[in-house]
Amino acid sequence: MAEPAIELVGIDKRFGAVHANRDIHMLVEKGTIHGIIGENGAGKSTLMSILYGFYQADSGEIRINGVPVKIPDPNAAIGLGIGMVHQHFMLVENFTVLENVMLGVEGAPLLKNGIAKARAELKRLEREYQLDVDPDALIEELPVGLQQRVEILKALYRGAEILVLDEPTGVLTPPEADHLFRILEQLKDQGKTIVLITHKLREIMAVTDNVSVMRQGSVVATRKTDETTVEELAELMVGRRVLLRVKKGEAKPGEIKLSVEHLTVRDSRGVVMVDDASFSVRAGEIVGIAGVAGNGQSQLIETIAGIRTAVSGRVLLDGQVIDITGAADPGELRDRGLAHVPEDRHHMGLVLAFEEYENSILGYHDDPLYLRGPFLDIEAIQADARKKIEKYDIRPGDPRLKTANFSGGNQQKIVLAREMERDPGVLIIGQPTRGVDVGAIEFIHKRIIEMRDAGKAVLLVSVELDEIRSLSDRILVMFAGRIVGERDSDASEGELGLLMAGVEAKEAAE
Amino acid sequence: MSQPFAKLPAWADYGLLPLINLIVAFLVAGLVVMLVGESPIDAAVLMVKGAFGSGDGVGYTLYYATNFIFTGLCVAVAFHCGLFNIGGEGQAYIGGLGVTIVGLGLGNSLPWWLVFPLAILASALVGALWALIPAWLQAKRGSHVVITTIMFNFIAASIMVYLLVGVLKPLGSQAPETRVFGDGGQLPGLGWLLNIIGLDMRSAPLNISFLLALLAAFLVWLLIWRTKLGYEIRTMGFSPKAARYAGISELRIIIITMMISGALAGMMALNPIMGAQHRMQLDFVQGAGFVGIAVALMGRSHPVGIVLAAILFGMLYQGGAEIAFDMPNISRDMIVIIQGLVILFAGALEHMFRPSLQRIFQRVGRVKRETASVVTAGGGQ
Repeated sequence: MAEPAIELVGIDKRFGAVHANRDIHMLVEKGTIHGIIGENGAGKSTLMSILYGFYQADSGEIRINGVPVKIPDPNAAIGLGIGMVHQHFMLVENFTVLENVMLGVEGAPLLKNGIAKARAELKRLEREYQLDVDPDALIEELPVGLQQRVEILKALYRGAEILVLDEPTGVLTPPEADHLFRILEQLKDQGKTIVLITHKLREIMAVTDNVSVMRQGSVVATRKTDETTVEELAELMVGRRVLLRVKKGEAKPGEIKLSVEHLTVRDSRGVVMVDDASFSVRAGEIVGIAGVAGNGQSQLIETIAGIRTAVSGRVLLDGQVIDITGAADPGELRDRGLAHVPEDRHHMGLVLAFEEYENSILGYHDDPLYLRGPFLDIEAIQADARKKIEKYDIRPGDPRLKTANFSGGNQQKIVLAREMERDPGVLIIGQPTRGVDVGAIEFIHKRIIEMRDAGKAVLLVSVELDEIRSLSDRILVMFAGRIVGERDSDASEGELGLLMAGVEAKEAAE
Repeated sequence: MSQPFAKLPAWADYGLLPLINLIVAFLVAGLVVMLVGESPIDAAVLMVKGAFGSGDGVGYTLYYATNFIFTGLCVAVAFHCGLFNIGGEGQAYIGGLGVTIVGLGLGNSLPWWLVFPLAILASALVGALWALIPAWLQAKRGSHVVITTIMFNFIAASIMVYLLVGVLKPLGSQAPETRVFGDGGQLPGLGWLLNIIGLDMRSAPLNISFLLALLAAFLVWLLIWRTKLGYEIRTMGFSPKAARYAGISELRIIIITMMISGALAGMMALNPIMGAQHRMQLDFVQGAGFVGIAVALMGRSHPVGIVLAAILFGMLYQGGAEIAFDMPNISRDMIVIIQGLVILFAGALEHMFRPSLQRIFQRVGRVKRETASVVTAGGGQ
């Protein structure tokens, strides 16, 4: 066995009542790719934050290359050769690649020498690892895949021997993700050690040598990747058998409930975000919109839901035109039977500072059911919230609890319960399972299928291609604001991936 | 994971933490007093005695507190909507115009209990209208209310000077003030209220607008936490995106909230004008609009906290005046420094001690849990 690069011995960490890491023992061999997989809140990020010096463990020991070390802050971690690529990039958008790479290690008060040295070093790194990026390009002008490469370069520039990547593929297209994995392989061949945190089983199988599974703060198993299966890992993660693919019957599409005609939307800077999009959704079917984040899906559904205004085009709900160019009113659309589960539940779908029951009426607070004159009928609202808590198994089941204290999955259930229980004709759902644990994903998927089977028209947007493929009856692919293709639910991942990457539909079909 | 520190229990959050901040503020203020060669203990005794030691002391303290309750509520209501209304000063000043018109016009012909409600309406209306323009500019044009309300303070001050040296001044008078209102324009004092608790108020100007302030505090609580409008205001304040999603009109909520805020500030004018001086004088607000910001911060934008913080600042004003009177080394400006320190520690540096306090609570919590688990383990044997 190769010598261990990282040894974690008995790491324990509590945040108040939350036991985030329990007596963790983990061994990462030098020159390997080690995967850490687990649901949200399993303690993966906490563990890595301890390794990177953001938090201090309450007890336990970290050994780097066999030597016990203390890591009081990220600088100490960098000094020990640990580099971190965060889920959300830590880059200055209006700086160049070079400026970002040397940020914090400029070397002298005057930049001149530092820049020259950094440029030479960056060249060497690019050559050695085939990480081509134009050092003078502005970050904001680079696609996300390249921005991530800059993050990796930043870590290597600081002499990282151990590279920790936190959910690196969340923002990438499948081809970009494959490219990233090739880079990781290359780094491994050069002797670097890589820790890959993810909740996607497919990635673990594709690229890692070893994998540790975390559940509720503990490492429940460590396996050699060749010797395990997706099913086993999923079961270890959740602690019970899970259905990875939802079972659903044939769709029975009815009349057209929602139709979008030549819709064009610009953002506040005047950039075209949705470009001449046309499609329709029938009762009793799920239409999925696939695409890499930032290709106009968000703007599309927000426009249909009345939150944004469009430049041109028409949206018809039950054959009646929605005023999308002027002051569309989400409240009026709700009255007409359009429910919307927004992509951004933290800022849009919920008010995190509210108690749970207050969020259970957000958007429906005009309903006389919840009011007594100008006053809120708090008893009625709470009784209603309790019913939804029961039906959707929201935990903890306390309507007086602050919404921020619910887990991601339960927060999403609060939104879903609110929107689905109104029995809408059309349901728009954005990222139904983002930041949601595997157990809750199964539940949410089931509910979405149930809505379809009850004859609702469902428009689904997700960056998780697996989710789109397993739920949708028809799949539309968006790229750069345009709908570039429509496929059946049995379209191959490769075909959809190419469409998502902007390869012309004709070429993709060949 | 998103919660690096244990949450504080409510009593520590709302009671202990402000108390610690206050104690530190007074300790630093004590050092300042020592620096000018006076005994901080004597000064503290003088302040508390001056503020609460006599019927008149209490009367003055609560009189000042009345002003601060109104302006504190004004700031708090806007806070709940995510708006920072710094214009309480100007809204209160211009609100005086409403009081004065009613007081001058009807004070000679109607009894006070008829004039009072009209004056309330007039002051609230004028204050609300003064806040309407910045609100409109914010909602429609995105002009930041912080900037516009500050500007409107200056405009209000200029208008009032113009009026008080012109049309509102009685002919032949040299003072920039109106004539004294008739009997109907004068509010009854609250001496009887202090009599109940055995205090004797002789000259202090405490009047029934104090009760109005308490009523306003209750109504604000009702508005913010019990009405649909309050729900919409809080949604907007926490997350404008969520408000947009919920179909809450930003324009409508900003304008309504700012007008309520301005109305509360405008009502402050009742206290000094109808309650104390029975005429409008130049600069009668005396910075209460700005103190309201500190009061709202310290009171955590909750009406109960605001009433308590307003009484504290009332004490600083009244007790501070006593110190300045009795201690020759301590001038009126020193008192302002001490008040400034309280604002600094209790308002602006409100979160300074929070992390350490949270750490202490976390540690105590862990010891408790461990003892508990030992006990259960022991009990299981």
